[in-house]
Amino acid sequence: MEENIKALLEQFRAIAGDPRKAMADHLAETGKGAIGMMPIYAPEELVHATGYLPVGLWGGSRPVTKARTYLPPFACSVMQQVMELECEGAYDDLAAVVFSVPCDTLKCMSQKWKGTSPVLVFTHPQNRGLEAANRFLEREYAILKEKLEGITGVKITNAALERSIQIYNENRAAMREFSALAAQYPQVISAVDRHAVFKARLFMEKSRHTALVRALMEAVRAEEPQPWTGKKVVVTGILLEPNGLLELFDRLGLAIVADDLAQESRQIRVDVPDGDEAPLYRLARVWQNMYGCSVATDTKKQRGPMLMDMARKTGADAVVVAMMKFCDPEEWDYPIYYKQFEAQGVRSLMIEVDQESTSFEQLHTRLQSLVETL
Amino acid sequence: MSEKSVQEMTAKELLAYYQAKLDEEARQAKANGKLVCWSASVAPPEMCVAMDIAMVYPETHAAGIGARKGAMDMLEVADRMGYSVDCCSYGRVNMGYMELLKEEAMTGKTPEALANSPAARVPLPDLVITCNNICNTLLKWYENLAAELNIPCIVIDVPFNHTMPVSEHAKEYIADEFRNAISQLEVICGRPFDYEKFHQVRRQTQRSIEQWNRIASMSRYKPSPLNGFDLFNYMALVVCARSRDYAEITFRKFADELEEKYKKGESAFKGAEQNRIAWEGIAVWPYLGHTFKTLKNQGTIMTGSAYPNMWDLTYDAEDESLHSMAEAYTRTYINTCLDNKVAVLRRIMEEGQCDGVLYHLNRSCKLMSFLNVETAERIQEKNGLPYVSFDGDQTDPRNFAPAQYDTRVQALGEMMEQAADGGQA
Ligand code: SF4
Ligand code: SF4
Repeated sequence: MEENIKALLEQFRAIAGDPRKAMADHLAETGKGAIGMMPIYAPEELVHATGYLPVGLWGGSRPVTKARTYLPPFACSVMQQVMELECEGAYDDLAAVVFSVPCDTLKCMSQKWKGTSPVLVFTHPQNRGLEAANRFLEREYAILKEKLEGITGVKITNAALERSIQIYNENRAAMREFSALAAQYPQVISAVDRHAVFKARLFMEKSRHTALVRALMEAVRAEEPQPWTGKKVVVTGILLEPNGLLELFDRLGLAIVADDLAQESRQIRVDVPDGDEAPLYRLARVWQNMYGCSVATDTKKQRGPMLMDMARKTGADAVVVAMMKFCDPEEWDYPIYYKQFEAQGVRSLMIEVDQESTSFEQLHTRLQSLVETL
Repeated sequence: MSEKSVQEMTAKELLAYYQAKLDEEARQAKANGKLVCWSASVAPPEMCVAMDIAMVYPETHAAGIGARKGAMDMLEVADRMGYSVDCCSYGRVNMGYMELLKEEAMTGKTPEALANSPAARVPLPDLVITCNNICNTLLKWYENLAAELNIPCIVIDVPFNHTMPVSEHAKEYIADEFRNAISQLEVICGRPFDYEKFHQVRRQTQRSIEQWNRIASMSRYKPSPLNGFDLFNYMALVVCARSRDYAEITFRKFADELEEKYKKGESAFKGAEQNRIAWEGIAVWPYLGHTFKTLKNQGTIMTGSAYPNMWDLTYDAEDESLHSMAEAYTRTYINTCLDNKVAVLRRIMEEGQCDGVLYHLNRSCKLMSFLNVETAERIQEKNGLPYVSFDGDQTDPRNFAPAQYDTRVQALGEMMEQAADGGQA
């Protein structure tokens, strides 16, 4: 592999693995701190427009101990991790934490922050087809904006917000391009690397991330794509971590040719629409346009058809369902799309994702049997 | 029983009579080609009732199946469909039941599990209506019902109130959703909406709620003429018939009976009531008798629970902007910030003159479990009263251990006694 590609991927991995350093660097350069963004969706553009660094809080891979006092064992794995980190004070350097509450667990989590940072909660409307929902969300965002201004001391002007929107739309477009490119070069971009590029996005100022992703894409394109002798899969779920789990995909020759992970491609699925309306209103429209996610109400249940479409377009051999342990929104979606897969002859395998886990033998066996039957 | 004898029935008889009548009406509606709607328990029925749609309430239905020890069969069907045991057991029982009804409708044969089930027979819906004022699980569950049956789903989304009081923009949004539901219903029913009846139904709902609140308020007396567990039973009608006079008639009767009892100096408890507790969370339906008796045996009566109180849907029926109705349906205590949740529970404890709290850590219900620790700590900070928590589930019998429950209840009893003896000074 070309040295340049290697160096770039190394860079993504380093950033993905060390959000603290990203925060320190940002502070040193801009004099501004960081603001935590809880999963799953938030108008990050608002934070970006203050010059603070938005940092995604998607758990870690710690043994869960302190969190046990505050969460019963049947809370999802990622929130167990977040709670553990809250208890450890890992988030206390954040100027604030932005909290959306699209599932029951997040509603509760928003009311029991154990760290010291102020928590800014807003609610997504779920009757998403209605214009009234857009107006409601616009108002929620306006309140959030005021709170952010209060905390950062920065006035978020429409001009600054439009600039941030543009930066984010460019980043999302670049990431969609990257995802497609990674599917063509599985030999060059491993599952672990692919994830690192997505994860680094959670900790980097987005115009920089875009530049780095573009540099990587250019270097990769300079190489000839090679035929892939392994199998191809689409992954769906909240997230696919830790790296030990992703390494199984690489070891077994399972290329991730597209993802529908809340932490990865769902973040870049929908752009802020163009138009003459005020930026806050257009930001609210993103939620209306969102699709295929378990926490965005959809009485038509289009996730199954969407996944099958993804598999068809990418030539995937199967869909791997990365089921976040104890995530009920995802668990409720499963029987519906599983039935649709069966009806259409789409192969699938459900594996459980527990960020805390350190041993992957069982998952290895299950993924291996999938590979053998494809 | 004939309609005439309704006047002579006791509240308990009325409860059973109207519950059976509602199921029968739903079956009749189906047989006569009228519309049947399955509804979330605190979703507003006012619009559907105004359009004369027969309502069926899956949570209450599932609770009934659980109480009659029929949950396991339904849960197994849901298992086979791919539902994880982590999903709410009300939802799983209902998806299992739906699947069996569907199979029956498609094959013309009644599946054995359905034929042998103690479940009350209810018909498949033509539409569903859901509302997330008690949880977002109800959004997922009803999405699935709509998809499985290929029927319309009316969503009344009430955004989580992270700040109280309820914001104006939330009321505006919800009122707009009511208007949208009305236009959805006009399409589904194929006729114009009956605004006059809608107005009447809102008034009826308020009359029912007024009587419901009268019952709940009876636990303020010491000793209490009301056994709090009765609220769990009567809840069936505040869920299923609050927009009908069935609820009003039954609740008025029950409240009158309780008042009578109070006047005569009788209490719910045979023997001396030794201490009074608040029950936080849903009942454990498959073990309702056990959970009640354990308390009773140690002289403890339940005189407060925020759960039945969720149906205190008091609003201004004359408010045509529907903002008042919107506010009533969104302010459910579990749809609000922790500060408000704590305030509601505290008030209930004060009104019920409770000496302690029993928290149900419900394996099925994330929203009614994940804030228990914080709620308990904050309340104790304020009123100094003891509490314990037990592990349970409202309809999956596998998640409740009677022995653990008994031990915890006993511990609570001891703490309350100590406190009464001044041991906590
Ligand atoms: S969506 Fe799932 S993984 Fe995310 S917080 Fe909710 S339950 Fe947990
Ligand atoms: S038990 Fe909890 S999760 Fe289930 S329907 Fe009721 S409120 Fe929702």
